[in-house]
Amino acid sequence: MKKDGLLNVVLGGYVVLVFLFIFAPIFFSIVFSFNSQRFPTIPLGEFSTEWYVKILDDPDILEAALNSLIVSFSTAILATLLGFCTAYSDFRYNFRFKGPYLALILLPPTIPLIIMALAMLAWFSKIGISGQLWSIVFAHSVLTAPFAMAIIRLRLNQMDPDLESAAWNLGGTEWATMRHVIFPFCKPAIISAMCLTAAVSFDEFAVSWFVSGLNKTIPVVILEIVQGNIDPQVNAIGTFVFLISITLVVLAQVFFIGRQHKKSSS
Amino acid sequence: MTKNLVVFDKIHKSFGNFVAVEEMNFDIKEGEFIAIMGPSGCGKTTTLRMLAGLDAPSSGEILINDQVMNDVKPHERDTPLVWQSLALFPFLTARENVEFGLKMRGVEKAERKKRALNWLDKLGILEFQDRDISTLSGGQKQRVALARSLVMEPKMLLLDEPLSALDAHLVIRMQSVLTQLQKELGITFVYVTHSQSEAFAMADRVVIMSKGEIAQIGSPRDIYREPANQFVAEFVGRNNILSGTVESVEHNRAKLNTPSGDFFVEVKAGQLTERDSASFVISADLVHLSAGEPDSKNTVACQLISEEFVGSMVTLFLENASGHEFKVQMQERELSKLELDLAKPIWLSWSECSAHVLGC
Repeated sequence: MKKDGLLNVVLGGYVVLVFLFIFAPIFFSIVFSFNSQRFPTIPLGEFSTEWYVKILDDPDILEAALNSLIVSFSTAILATLLGFCTAYSDFRYNFRFKGPYLALILLPPTIPLIIMALAMLAWFSKIGISGQLWSIVFAHSVLTAPFAMAIIRLRLNQMDPDLESAAWNLGGTEWATMRHVIFPFCKPAIISAMCLTAAVSFDEFAVSWFVSGLNKTIPVVILEIVQGNIDPQVNAIGTFVFLISITLVVLAQVFFIGRQHKKSSS
Repeated sequence: MTKNLVVFDKIHKSFGNFVAVEEMNFDIKEGEFIAIMGPSGCGKTTTLRMLAGLDAPSSGEILINDQVMNDVKPHERDTPLVWQSLALFPFLTARENVEFGLKMRGVEKAERKKRALNWLDKLGILEFQDRDISTLSGGQKQRVALARSLVMEPKMLLLDEPLSALDAHLVIRMQSVLTQLQKELGITFVYVTHSQSEAFAMADRVVIMSKGEIAQIGSPRDIYREPANQFVAEFVGRNNILSGTVESVEHNRAKLNTPSGDFFVEVKAGQLTERDSASFVISADLVHLSAGEPDSKNTVACQLISEEFVGSMVTLFLENASGHEFKVQMQERELSKLELDLAKPIWLSWSECSAHVLGC
């Protein structure tokens, strides 16, 4: 087929625009984080690491960062475990109402976050677990488990169902088979799911803000700072958040796509 | 008299409304090579899966070594299976695959490795021990799958169409590997296949299944020469089946009227009576050809439709005046000796004792 020059230009331009809209704000946020001036204006002032020094000296921000790390790490483990269990139940069993069952599991991300956050606050305070760090972990696990389940389910769908039977046939109990066959097979997807759920949890604001009580996470602290005044510290924090998130997402991709066909040591 | 290793006692298996196996009664002897053969969906694989405990019979009992196995879990059985899909673990190397079963049985590491290497060596794939499964060829994977099952030193090995994914020349090689192994180890092989050549080449006894029921059990020779019914006769292939009505029965000889003419067949006393409808079969290799009308009772004049060469054997497909198809199989050398003019009518004839009357 003859190449249509105009079409190529239009499509290429479209891709450039998409990336521009996504990354330009982040890019400028990073640029301004090294700017000595207080207000984000052009021309830029001098290169400075002032704002980074400032956030690293601020105990509130450091505590929030630690909270965020704890929450996202715990969420990654809990959500991935939940996601794995549901994905496996879908792979292994056939039962009535399986369609509605899967639909229900995939529901949380479709509910507006603010509604979800309010509902969780009400529910958590009712059963007496609100205002704790692990309240956020629970809430985030509910929110992110569907992502984990979707990733692990895709991987399980690539598995020859005979593999599991073959392990039983060779003397493996159901638990041994889970440990020596299902788990190693799903390992890339499990690591990928953990990275992705950690990233989503690390960035999540609305639910954290509602259920966290006094335990602030990074996104909550960012809001508090920008509510008060314009402070380039936010850019510095944002740069850190962006780096952590993009690292996690890239890792998720690498494990999900790159390692799928290679040998994973077991 | 060899002992029965396995007994199927009135086994019935259905999945929802679908009946996979119905009223199955048969036994497998210790040390025999038994093939279960039939078209797809006949229940042969279900039968094998029931032996391995992967499917539970809906009713009836399966006994292995005189012990009722119905409630024994797959992992508690000694029935390793070679899968049609091979089902090798893609995240393990060839040797780790072979070691898997021993690991599950709690065999200690050094011992595991020793036994796995022994089997890899026996099957001629020792050099591939550290290779990833995905880098092996079809034949090598096949051998890994075999080693993985045989390293368990079972009394009985189950094989589910293990050669169906291989190239034709490899199939022949693997067939001799399998028969040799079976003889050497003296264990029972239960071999499920849809391929007649595989079943006949290797098995001591063949079970032919159709729609969940056993159509015939017998040695390959019995099944080929004396098919029990029309299904078996057609399934086994290279057969000519003629159906008609019995005109008369005298002594051990019946005369049948068929659309292709009148024929005489040998019958056992009381097997057929007048006006019965009956079918008989003549194996394609028992039919004689001649250019002129032979001096025989059972003759048909045919026109050649096509020929098929398989090495030294040739199969002729012919048709008579009433449109019935006949198959004749003979050595290519024999055919050329006859110096037939293939454009002219050819006479087919056979002796009465070659014809085998089918049960209904």
